[in-house]
Amino acid sequence: MCAQSRAERDSQVFGEGSADPRGSGPRAAATARTVLDGPEIERALTRIAHEILERTKGGDDVTLLGIPSRGVPLAERLARRIEGVEGRTVPRGSLDITMYRDDLRLAPARALGRTDVPPEGVDGRLVVLVDDVLFSGRTVRAALDALNDIGRPRAVQLAILVDRGHRELPVRADYVGKNLPTSLRETVTVQLSEPDGHDAVLLGPAKPRPGEEG
Amino acid sequence: MRHLLSTGDLSRDEALLVLDTAAELAQVGDRSVKKLPTLRGRTVVNLFYEDSTRTRTSFELAAKRLSADVINFSAKGSSVSKGESLKDTALTLQAMGADSVVVRHNASGAAHRLAEWVDGAVLNAGDGTHEHPTQALLDVFTMRERLGRLDGLRVAIVGDVLHSRVARSNVLLLHTLGAEVTLVAPPTLVPVSVHTWPCSVSYDLDAVLPKSDVVMLLRVQAERMHDAFFPSAREYSRRYGLDAERFARMQDDAIVMHPGPMVRGMEISAEVADSTRTTVNEQVTNGVSVRMAVLYLLLGGS
Repeated sequence: MCAQSRAERDSQVFGEGSADPRGSGPRAAATARTVLDGPEIERALTRIAHEILERTKGGDDVTLLGIPSRGVPLAERLARRIEGVEGRTVPRGSLDITMYRDDLRLAPARALGRTDVPPEGVDGRLVVLVDDVLFSGRTVRAALDALNDIGRPRAVQLAILVDRGHRELPVRADYVGKNLPTSLRETVTVQLSEPDGHDAVLLGPAKPRPGEEG
Repeated sequence: MRHLLSTGDLSRDEALLVLDTAAELAQVGDRSVKKLPTLRGRTVVNLFYEDSTRTRTSFELAAKRLSADVINFSAKGSSVSKGESLKDTALTLQAMGADSVVVRHNASGAAHRLAEWVDGAVLNAGDGTHEHPTQALLDVFTMRERLGRLDGLRVAIVGDVLHSRVARSNVLLLHTLGAEVTLVAPPTLVPVSVHTWPCSVSYDLDAVLPKSDVVMLLRVQAERMHDAFFPSAREYSRRYGLDAERFARMQDDAIVMHPGPMVRGMEISAEVADSTRTTVNEQVTNGVSVRMAVLYLLLGGS
């Protein structure tokens, strides 16, 4: 299903090559634990917005690019917060990474997300990539490649709502909403009001992996 | 979807997935780096037994924009002229490691046969008078871009339907996507089996024109005609050609399409061909995006 969050799909597709993303059936929401609720997500985003302003000394040349699907509404929210503080518009858009993924051949061809680069482009800008969950780091690697084909930013930074660890590439986030220690077998699901109706970050239970004993 | 042989094989969802993917990939043509790494290391063979500039170049460009390696093979100047069969040629190319074969052949059904022989994905780039699925997909894509919808769209396909693979592919695809198609042609240029097609037929262009959102003109394929199908080119042009006077009687926002190559003065007058409501060049641009989408969907996954 499309409604399944990318975080969860990533955890299955990227996590040790588990081959069957449909193995879990309907999301085990009954036993999932809420680790961030709506107000906590709001506060984390407000803090990140201020950190971006602080680190970029006012954020004159900042462009926010969300990675579909849930990075896009997060980038939009961050942009609105920065605008609220600084009183000027912040260019924001979306950057689809599907065509740059390193696991395309492990699954049937995926539908593409939207790429929507602001009209001023990314050349010479400070691009902040925004995504919901940082896990293996492979999505960010793909995003850097995609960005490279669009232009040459002055610098690239990464803002993330949840960092769940287990990096497979040398990638780290510049702005983190919450560090969430997880086991590889747990699932992290981010729900946002724009696509899902309400805000929450859920930590799902460990579940048996197909093809793994025990 | 493993091959693309006929638009009749596409479900509504599959067809829309191709169109939506093409809409995203269209952006690549506007960038400074017009390339995606998606099909790196894959090989696409263009196997063309008939002359073609538009389709072959379009497929080649689409594959290259996705970083695939492209081998162009035309029957002229190859072992085909020494008597090699389609099957042996295809197996030779497969032995060289082709992941996909784009085939154009003068025999209807050639792509279907090929799909039984080779392991890779087969894309039908026109087989005889049967089908030309990517042309129909790019036509439908152009309609959706220009008019914003497909459901309930009234499309007139005018001209040499009998020898047209474009007409059949368009009728099947437009029907799947909810458009209403009317074929307009002299009785001699309508296929015998047309009653089995999901469309209506008219012999009177002037009656159909004012009711159409899209008028698609087909080239009279003189090279496939071994009989006299109409008295003279002039008479055909007078009854079925789109000239400025007929163009003026169309709806204000209706568009004129042509798969190319156009024969100006025959099915379309020069004035109409150069109008801003004629989408011939857009169709060519969209062709690259649509073929990228098809190649990605067939070769990009597992």
